[in-house]
Amino acid sequence: MQSLAARSALTPLKLRSAALRGFTSSAAKRQAVAAKSTPLNKEFKIYRWNPDEPAKKPELQSYTINLNECGPMILDALIKIKNEVDPTLTFRRSCREGICGSCAMNINGQNTLACLCRIDRTESKDTKIYPLPHMYVVKDLVPDLTLFYKQYKSIEPYLQNDNPPAHGEFLQSPEERRKLDGLYECILCACCSTSCPSYWWNQDEYLGPATLMQAYRWIADSRDSYGAHRKEKLQNEMSLYRCHTIFNCARTCPKGLNPAAAIAKIKLELAAD
Amino acid sequence: MNYTRAVGLSSALRHAAFAPKLSRNQAVLRSVLFKRTVKTQSLPPSAADEILNTQRLKRPSSPHFTIYQPQLTWIASIANRVTGVGLSVLLYGFSLAYLVAPSTFSSANVVETVKGLPTSVKVAGKTILAAPFAFHSLNGLRHLAWDTGKFLSLSGVYRTGYAVLGASAVATVALVLL
Repeated sequence: MQSLAARSALTPLKLRSAALRGFTSSAAKRQAVAAKSTPLNKEFKIYRWNPDEPAKKPELQSYTINLNECGPMILDALIKIKNEVDPTLTFRRSCREGICGSCAMNINGQNTLACLCRIDRTESKDTKIYPLPHMYVVKDLVPDLTLFYKQYKSIEPYLQNDNPPAHGEFLQSPEERRKLDGLYECILCACCSTSCPSYWWNQDEYLGPATLMQAYRWIADSRDSYGAHRKEKLQNEMSLYRCHTIFNCARTCPKGLNPAAAIAKIKLELAAD
Repeated sequence: MNYTRAVGLSSALRHAAFAPKLSRNQAVLRSVLFKRTVKTQSLPPSAADEILNTQRLKRPSSPHFTIYQPQLTWIASIANRVTGVGLSVLLYGFSLAYLVAPSTFSSANVVETVKGLPTSVKVAGKTILAAPFAFHSLNGLRHLAWDTGKFLSLSGVYRTGYAVLGASAVATVALVLL
């Protein structure tokens, strides 16, 4: 930087602009300059709990940040708070584009992905952020998803077929493939399961919308020959039938999927058995 | 590599590769001048389970229905449950009471008692009975439709939901005017 300034001072005036263009268009200069307009201060109230001080009750901590110096999404605000205000704030995030499912949390009362949720720019209204509802808290916005993953594992989420084709791969008609649309896109962010009141009260036995939709994804797959076995495992009071068609899952899904409809289809298939 | 790790510069150097010259110097300077203030403790991997278990003993469960946004989906579901329980309690309660004291709870006696009440109490009582009955019956039809695979889309849920609410209101008024 110093040498740059020195050189430009030595350059004759006329040459300077042309010679400097190479430098002035460097990354730092080309970046958008933070708007100097009046700050748009927005209050975020975020759930805090620290495992190192377990006796202290969970509480909402308030942070105010200037939205004019922040990206448009809730995740941008969280990262800004962690970077500039409070590095102890803990949350999961990875892809920032709604495909990893890490930043699932409860924002203004609805479960969604922080990276896909725009910040409400009304200055007078605060934004409340909680971890996914009715889950054990590891720290701050990080819930313990151990049971959720175990439930997913329990439905054997992989292709099972004792008679693989002699040559090449399993073949599927376009119609058969189409049955999997709206099922396979699930990213297992747990938004739906933790929005489900039935899952809140019975998550030790009820599998929950996310897992059940994946169960149906394998039941519906024409290449899988274990459909009867899969349905047999759901044929009890708790695993499937705790679904009371509430539809919180479909309402909250950040990927626009419909677990409740998938569960209803399992129920129809089980009724026909 | 060994050298950078020894003085703890590796992360600063990695960072510096992308930084402009001035801030690169600052980054190096900072990590040389200031030592880390955070102290870490080294533990064997076997200690992880114990730490986790002591944390699990005291960890809270995150808040749920108190913070979840009220939505037609789950509020209607709870209302369906509550009205169902209320109507059942009324039915079984009245039946059991009739078994215990048939003369007090005979139809003639009930009609006589209600006749003596002021109009406002009569209307209020009829509304309190009619509204849950109308909502629970109509929402039951909605559930039957879902169980046959109809209206399973989100828009279907909301359209039928508002339809049930509207129809319940009309049915309640009709039953009260009866």
